[in-house]
Amino acid sequence: MGVIPKVPAAEWISSATEWITDTFGFLFDFIKNDFGDFIEIFAEDWLMSIPTWLFILVVVVTAFFITGKKFGLAAFSLVGLWFISNQELWEELMNTFTLVIFASIISVIIGVPFGIWMSKSRIVETILTPILDFMQTMPAFVYLIPAVAFFSIGMVPGVFASVIFATPPTVRFTNLGIRQVSKELIEASDAFGTTGRQKLLKVQLPMAKKTIMAGINQTVMLALSMVVIASMIGAKGLGQTVITGLQRAEVGTGFVAGLGIVILAIIIDRFTQNLNTHKGENA
Amino acid sequence: MPIINVKDLSKIFGRNAKQATKYLDEGWSKDDILKKTGNTVGVNRATFAVEEGEVFVIMGLSGSGKSTLVRLLNRLIEPTEGSVEIEGQDLAKMNSHDLREIRRQKLSMVFQRFALFPHRTILENAEFGLEVQNIDKEKRKKKAQESLEMVGLGGYMNQFPGQLSGGMQQRVGLARALANDPEVLLMDEAFSALDPLIRKEMQDELLELQEKMKKTIIFITHDLDEALRIGDRIALMKDGRIVQIGSPEEILVNPANEYVEKFVEDVDRSKILNAEHIMKRPETVDIEKHGPRAALERMRKEGLSSIYVTDRKRTLHGYVTADDVSEAAKQEQKDLKSIMRTDVPKVTLQTSMNEIFDMIHDSPVPIAVVEDEKLQGIIVRGAVIAALAGGNEVNLNGSDS
Ligand SMILES: Nc1ncnc2c1ncn2[C@@H]1O[C@H](COP(=O)(O)OP(=O)(O)O)[C@@H](O)[C@H]1O
Ligand SMILES: [Mg+2]
Repeated sequence: MGVIPKVPAAEWISSATEWITDTFGFLFDFIKNDFGDFIEIFAEDWLMSIPTWLFILVVVVTAFFITGKKFGLAAFSLVGLWFISNQELWEELMNTFTLVIFASIISVIIGVPFGIWMSKSRIVETILTPILDFMQTMPAFVYLIPAVAFFSIGMVPGVFASVIFATPPTVRFTNLGIRQVSKELIEASDAFGTTGRQKLLKVQLPMAKKTIMAGINQTVMLALSMVVIASMIGAKGLGQTVITGLQRAEVGTGFVAGLGIVILAIIIDRFTQNLNTHKGENA
Repeated sequence: MPIINVKDLSKIFGRNAKQATKYLDEGWSKDDILKKTGNTVGVNRATFAVEEGEVFVIMGLSGSGKSTLVRLLNRLIEPTEGSVEIEGQDLAKMNSHDLREIRRQKLSMVFQRFALFPHRTILENAEFGLEVQNIDKEKRKKKAQESLEMVGLGGYMNQFPGQLSGGMQQRVGLARALANDPEVLLMDEAFSALDPLIRKEMQDELLELQEKMKKTIIFITHDLDEALRIGDRIALMKDGRIVQIGSPEEILVNPANEYVEKFVEDVDRSKILNAEHIMKRPETVDIEKHGPRAALERMRKEGLSSIYVTDRKRTLHGYVTADDVSEAAKQEQKDLKSIMRTDVPKVTLQTSMNEIFDMIHDSPVPIAVVEDEKLQGIIVRGAVIAALAGGNEVNLNGSDS
């Protein structure tokens, strides 16, 4: 104590962030503007242009079929979505849904290749594991700061922060799933003269599919859990309503919006889970 | 020219394996090398050649290096030293592209625990080797189907491996290996995971297939019975070294050292010897062609008191005795059907000596060896006794030679 002066860690990180902002500013601007526009078009021009009843109908029918013609999820979706629309939160729901969809898709697009890379090399695994731990343990709020620095406020930084927070499970589970494929099957594949690519596509990924899907399910849920946090930096959606409720001390408003998030969470969770179990049944 | 030529092939596991090879040259044992360097010797300077069409069995106790050796042959394991030539090409020096081609065209492998792809149907499993060669869909389907039919699984194409019994799964493994029509079949304890009856069945089937295919087969086993049944030649391994190579007879009669002798000692002669080993070529009469007179003539010539009756396809119908036949001949009967007896003592090719011994005691006629209804041979009492007593031609003890 006292011998070593305070290390200016915060300053270093700040200046690093500043440097990144300056250097890649043009790229961030491009993403902020064009990608931001695209998200907006997706949410407002596409999703919201679908009549509410039609949207609900599609979800309910899909729920019925992916659960193997059972009524549980279908009924829940019907009641849940109707309730949200009845509370005049439909637009918010569509915005939240958009945020989750984009964050999840980007997380998967980034996460699966990293997971594959990680499974191929012990060195990469050794390097990435602590980074992934770090990404997940860091309080999600912290990601808002660079997100704002890079992309100012709105949906885009919301998606950015969500992606950072939500990607690790996909990477981890992809790696795990591929490494779990038994040595004998890998030998069999090699013995028949597969290339690395053939082995990956014909043996490793199909066999890891269940595990990868479990990772993706977690990724989606994490992205959803970022909704409220992301709304603090101006991402539209149910989270924003929660924050408004908080700021104005309106318990009811906040709670109803929170309920909407829960409903969405349950529907998305069951959807992704069912996609998983049904396709893997024969294995 | 041998199809496979292995020379001074070694595999040492662990760090600095290359350096540890000098201890091999100095003749250190596997244990000493492990103590000294921490390296495990997998295979120690194996040298052998396998001829085309041969069934070459590699036998040894668990841990003796069999799996390592067979994996060196298709380079699933990188050799530390030595060469593996397949049709004159050295696998050990090959680049990865050429190695892949060899694996696709010339070498197929069958695994101990089947190693079928659980997410693929039986047909898709059998197609695998062809699929990776980018052979077009119709053609590979046709070949895979043929291959599955060959192992008797034509009706299971759309099932998944998990739905099949162990024996059937290994048939799929075999079909998958045969579908690319390889020159060499590598089988690592392919039948060891199966229970004894299924195992025997699979051995027979492999031999039957081999009769038609004439592949070169490298067959790994830890079971001497299996080695003796299947192998044209047997290589015995111990601690990574090949201690003896020879025909089954040579191994049994002339064990190279104590280790081989120990192996061989456990073989119960009445257990390894079965009907196939002691049967003779049968004299028969044809039920469609021959009448009592012809039968009588044949029996007189061979000095028999009874003779088996078959048809042109060698299907066994029964037997006739000399007394009945001469009676019928006197009465000018034209065919054998009325006097033919059907209480035939029957065994299969695999029936053990013990069982045969019990049967032959109270059998009035030689025992018929029948497989698929067809008469394969007959066993007379003398042959059984000679075999059990250890006559010259079936000397399996080898201790006195
Ligand atoms: N990947 C490996 N790493 C280290 N040692 C190994 C490896 N594979 C096999 N061994 C060792 O090599 C020896 C031979 O093993 P193996 O070829 O599997 O024998 P077998 O097939 O005859 O039972 C054993 O002592 C085993 O422990
Ligand atoms: Mg083994």
